[in-house]
Parts: sequence; structure tokens; C-alpha cells
Amino acid sequence: MKLRRSMLFVPGANAASLSTAFLFRPDAVMFDLEDAVSLREKDAARLLVFHTLQQPLYDGIERVVRINPLDTPFGRDDLEASVRGGADTIRLPKTDTPEQVQELEAAVEEIERDCGRAVGSTHLMAAIESASGVVNALAIAQASPRITGIALAGFDYVMDMQTERGDGTELFYARCAVLHAARAARIDAFDVVFSNLDDEEGFLKEVALIKKLGFNGKSLINPRQIELLHNAYAPTQEEVDYAKRVVAAAKKAEKQGLGVIALGGKMIDGPVVDNARRVLDKAAASGLRKE
Amino acid sequence: MASKRNPMAALGEHAEGLEPFAGFNAKAPFITGPKADGDRKIVESVEEAVRRVGLKDGMTISFHHAFREGDKVINLVVETLARMGFKDLTLAPSSLLGANAAIIPHIESGVITKLYTSGLRGKLGEAISNGLMDTPVTFHSHGGRVALIDKGEIKIDVAFLGVSACDPFGNANGTSGRSWCGSLGYAMVDAMHADKVVMLTEEVVPFPNTPASIRQDQVDWVVQVEEVGDPAKISVGAARATTNPRELLIARLCAEVMEHAGYFEDGFSMQTGTGGSSTATSRFLERRMREKGIKAAWALGGQTGGMVDLHQKGLIDTLIDTQSFDAVAARSLAESPKHMEISTHFYANPFSKGAVVDRLDMVILSALEIDLDFNVNVLTGSDGVVRGAVGGHADTAAGANLSIVVGPLLRTRIPTVVESVTTRVTPGETVGVLVTDHGIAVNPNRPDVAERLKAANLPVVPIEDLYRKAIAISGKPEPLHFLDKVVGHVRYRDGSVIDTVRQIAP
Repeated sequence: MKLRRSMLFVPGANAASLSTAFLFRPDAVMFDLEDAVSLREKDAARLLVFHTLQQPLYDGIERVVRINPLDTPFGRDDLEASVRGGADTIRLPKTDTPEQVQELEAAVEEIERDCGRAVGSTHLMAAIESASGVVNALAIAQASPRITGIALAGFDYVMDMQTERGDGTELFYARCAVLHAARAARIDAFDVVFSNLDDEEGFLKEVALIKKLGFNGKSLINPRQIELLHNAYAPTQEEVDYAKRVVAAAKKAEKQGLGVIALGGKMIDGPVVDNARRVLDKAAASGLRKE
Repeated sequence: MASKRNPMAALGEHAEGLEPFAGFNAKAPFITGPKADGDRKIVESVEEAVRRVGLKDGMTISFHHAFREGDKVINLVVETLARMGFKDLTLAPSSLLGANAAIIPHIESGVITKLYTSGLRGKLGEAISNGLMDTPVTFHSHGGRVALIDKGEIKIDVAFLGVSACDPFGNANGTSGRSWCGSLGYAMVDAMHADKVVMLTEEVVPFPNTPASIRQDQVDWVVQVEEVGDPAKISVGAARATTNPRELLIARLCAEVMEHAGYFEDGFSMQTGTGGSSTATSRFLERRMREKGIKAAWALGGQTGGMVDLHQKGLIDTLIDTQSFDAVAARSLAESPKHMEISTHFYANPFSKGAVVDRLDMVILSALEIDLDFNVNVLTGSDGVVRGAVGGHADTAAGANLSIVVGPLLRTRIPTVVESVTTRVTPGETVGVLVTDHGIAVNPNRPDVAERLKAANLPVVPIEDLYRKAIAISGKPEPLHFLDKVVGHVRYRDGSVIDTVRQIAP
């Protein structure tokens, strides 16, 4: 099972971070060419990321590049460098409409053909950062077969909504809308970054919330958050024990040719069995939660 | 009746070489007269003390460096001696730091012509590396310094020892008065061995100042000075808990190595360093100690707030302290009966009747460079310039059952793992494990440790792999260019020469 819990932001112009981020073993790393890079460093960042993509150091970690929007002077060059460099996924910022995704898809395909990369091998991810993006979330999620995930970006979104970050109420609708779109489109969903690095308790609270909602994971801005996030997402021994019992009961029912699965006198539905299998897969991939 | 006594005559031929009694104060005139009150050791100025001890050109003077970058004594005394016209002195402090760049002009003018030290930093290190002195500097370890003193190679004529407070007779410790430095581990050696001892103190406190780390029977003169050191500059960021994710990563790996290497048993002993990774290691270790119900019998060092914290939580029974690296450690030394102050002789002299390092289970050490044979350089930078110190590195590595070197594989673009170290300070045969952010390497001479770490699923790889990884990221560094002139030699703790430092090419 390929987990996508953590997506670590790495500023594209920061050579020291580019040469060390893999050490923290995030599930995905997102080399940023957009907001974390100042205008005068756009070219340097693009070159650095192009070379980093080709390093074997990031083997086993999904390599995502956040490009500048295609309507900026940098977007197209960013895309060239990312697709040719071998990025697994292109993250498009400020996605408001499905047409933006389709425009990106066409551009990616053109570059793939040009450089001899298998057509379709570059995945896409859309970041939703505005009210229109949230409203169009399902159309965006379904805009291309290359889309493997959508991410909510909180900062621009709350600005657009004329509010500010608080206890999470301000993000509640957007989180649910993006998540529903992702699930309906059978793709992954990523939650916003948590920027107060010193507030471990607040971070874990937010992680508990988004995990409960059903997000696959979160965008992160500091490596220190990775272990906390992964641990919070790891199944507990109790969950694993229960999942094992459910799976065993399902097997038993199947063997006996029974249509109804019973565990401890209670009836169990098919989706519960599926979920139990997911818990066991997750435990195998991530280990058990440490208290 | 006394006049009728004639013991000399009565002794006859046995009186040869003996002297007759000539009055109770004939040989100790200081016990009578105007200064008989016990203040007789107090002199008005450093100059006066220098005159009284009879310092001459060509002699050896010594200092302790417990105040590290906050030290005010070394520069003050050297400047005073320069003003008084002394020449050709040998400077033999326990170490020198960046703050001591002020002595450069006095080396240029010939006041100081020979230097023994554990290390050099900053402008002084650069100047030495550029050929400032005609005679090569002798670099020694903390234990090795005492061995050189024992052997007579360093013969201290006058020790000038700065303390926050001492009493009129010279009883001093690092935990009274205003500017505490904590343990006087370095100074205790000088007080033991110097021909003359001058105390420089910020405050003269009532007799008896106790505990007396430096004792009145070792002290010749006491001078009050404005300030001896700034304790805030002792801690080189050591007390601050690191938030650097890479240091934390290394610290966690290091704690796992300590847990699984075979020495993590109730009653174990350790020395942790003072860098970000080492202090963070103690925090990761705490959890493991609690989980397994293990306590350390003692910790040696270089003590820091991190170690004191574990001590206060009952996880380390005794702290053995040769230098206090922060105010928390100094405070603990003053307050905890199980925080023990020791000299560097007691700490690490290989020829003492018992050095504590010999009993160590595990030590965490740093490295500027470590090579494929596990030799470690903590003295010269990748540019060949002296910018570090031998310290207790070679001593603890030799004494401990397992020495663990920690550090990032690359510092920005400079590899830590190299083909061959620029300067060999600690021989590879005494280094057990290297922990980097890119993985762990175990010295082939410790297959037992490698086996245990692999069994614990730790990322153990050959050191050659780490080297190749470093080079893959940074590229292969250009070789350094040196001139033939030797500017320093590194003495191993037993006094033998383990390497030289040459002048860097301009």
C-alpha cells in the first residue's frame, strides 16, 4: 500500500534543503517553484530542482513539483524542467477551473512526447486556493485521468473568503467539499499546512480532525512534523486487533458459505470488512502507533 | 633556661646539615608583623603579583579556560606582561578560544614565543595556520596536557587562575561570587603543579571559602580584578534545545545506537558532548531509559543542563564534572552532593593512577572530519585552518568501551566523511560508531556492535558508502595546499606525536 500522508514543502531555491529533505522520509516531497521562491531566484530554483529530481537520493519518495501558474512568465519553463527532470507529479497552484487542469494536461503531454517520456507517466495534482476552486472541486478532480490528488491550500482560500485562520471553522466547508470531490473522483485529498511549528499540541489536534474527516494526509512545512503526522496516522494495536478479528470472521463466513458475517453477536457489513483490510494494509506499511 | 640548652653541641657529629632554633618566626616571618592577619597573600595589582613570583623571561605561564569565550584573564595577564617588558615566554593554558585573538600582537612582538594548547579558534587559529610562530604549537588533549606536565615537558612556572571568588588565603571554587564558571577541573591541575600560583579573583570572600577546589596551600598570591569572565559566553549554545530537524534526526539515531550497542544496562555510564545533536540525544535517551527502567550510574563531562535534568529526574545518579558548560550545570555543582568536581588529571590523564575515562561505557563525540579508517579530526577545518580543539576527544575515545561520533554527512557543501582526515587527532582504532543523518557506519574492528545494531534494524552501512554518498552530493573536494613549514604538532594523550599541522599555502 502506497501511503500519501505527508507532503513536505521544500523551497526550490534552498540548496541545503534540497540536498537533505529526503532524510526525513516524507511520503512525498514537494519542490516549490512558486510562492517560496522570490522573483529573482526563479531561474536558479528551477535549475536546482531540475538537478535534484535526477538524484537517486529521493528514490522511494514521491517527487512533486509545484510550478508557477501557466499564465505567469515562469509556468511553462517550470513545467519543462519538471517533466524533463522526471517529476512524478506536477502540482498546479491556484486551480479555480477544470479548464486550467486540461490546459496543464495538454502542455505536459506535449513535453512528454518531446522528451521521450511515456505519455501519461506524469501525474497531476491540483491545489485549491479560492472559493471558486472549492465550488468547482469535483469538476477539477475529474478534469483529467492524470489527477491523483487535490489539495486544499488554506492561506489564499481564507483571504478569498474574507476571513482568517482560526479554530478550523473557517475551513470546515472547504475541507468537506474538497474531500467529497476527491472521494467521488477516487483520488487522494490533502489538507492545509499547519504553520505554527512550536505548537505541537495544536498540530496534533488538527491532524486528528482531518484524519477523522478522511483526508489522506497533509502538506507540511517542517520536517519535524513528519514523524508526528505519521504516528498519528498509524493504526493502534487495538484497531489492528479488531481488524484482524473482522477479517477472520469474514473468511470464516466465506468458508461456511454464509452471506452474513457475524462478530461477537453483531452483524458486519461488507464495507466494514474492506475498512478492516485497509487498516491491516496501513499497519503493514507504517507500523503501529507509538503512544 | 633556654640559653643553657645547646642541642647542636649535644648532637656532636650528628649536627651536620642541621640548624639551631632561632626563634618561632625566624623562618616564617609572615606570621608576625603588620600583615600577620592572614591578608598577606593579597597584592594590589597583577604587576605586583608578577614581581612577587619572580617571573623571568623564558618562563612558562599557564591559565585555565573554563570561561571559554567569556574569559578575561588570559588577555589581561598577557597584556600586562607585555607592558612590563617580558619576552620569550611559553604560554601553556589548558586551551585558547576565539576571544584570545588579542594575544596575536604579543606573539608578533616576541612576548610569547612558544605555545601549548588544546585548541585554537577564530583569528588566532588563522594567524597560527598562516605561520605566525617560528616554533610549532603543541596541541594536546585534556588528559594529555596533564601527562606532559607530569613528564616535565610543560613546566609551569607561574599559573594565573581566574575565579569568581576566593578567600584571602586563596581557597577558591567556581560556584561562589558573581561570575560562576562551575567546575575548576582545568585550574586544579595548574594549582597542583605550578611553581607559583596567582589567583585573580573578582571578589575576596571571608575565610574559609568552601569547598576549596583550589586550596590555600597551593596559592601564593591573590589579586582582586574587575572581572575574570563572562559566564554567559561559556555555553556555546549548548544549553539551548535544538529545533534543527537534521540535528534531531541524528540525535534520535544516536539514542538508538546507544540503546542497542550492548551497553545500555542499569548502572551504565556515559559522556555526551555539548553540540546540538549530543544535547538532544539526552532527551531521546530519557524516554528509552524510562521505558526500560534503566538508570545511569554516572555521567562524565563537560556537563550541561541536559545532563543535570536527567540527574535531577533520578536517571543519572552521579555527575562527574571537569567543566561546566552552562549556568545550570554550575548551579547543580553547587547544590547537588552527587555532582562531583574533578580535575583533568582525575578525568583523563592516561598515566594517573586512575582516569575516569577508563571506566566509561559510551561517549558521544563530534567530528570536523572522519575518514575511511575512522580517524577523526576535530582540530583543523576543511580549509586546513586550525579552528577547533582536541579537548577530551582522544582521551574519552581511548577510554570508553564504545565511542560514537555524531555529525551531519555534509555541512552545507563540505563533506564530513572524507578519504583521509586533514589532521589526525583521534586514531580510528578507538572510534566505534559513526552516526550521520544519512546512516550509521560501524568500525570493522567492532563486528559485535555492528551485529547488534543490524539486529535492531538500524541503517548500518559501510563507511565507504557514506563517503560515496557525500561525494555524490558535493562533488570531490579539491586537495588542500600546504607549505612545508610545520605550524603545530598534535600530541596523542600519551605524549607521542600523532600528526602535524602545516602552514596553509597563501
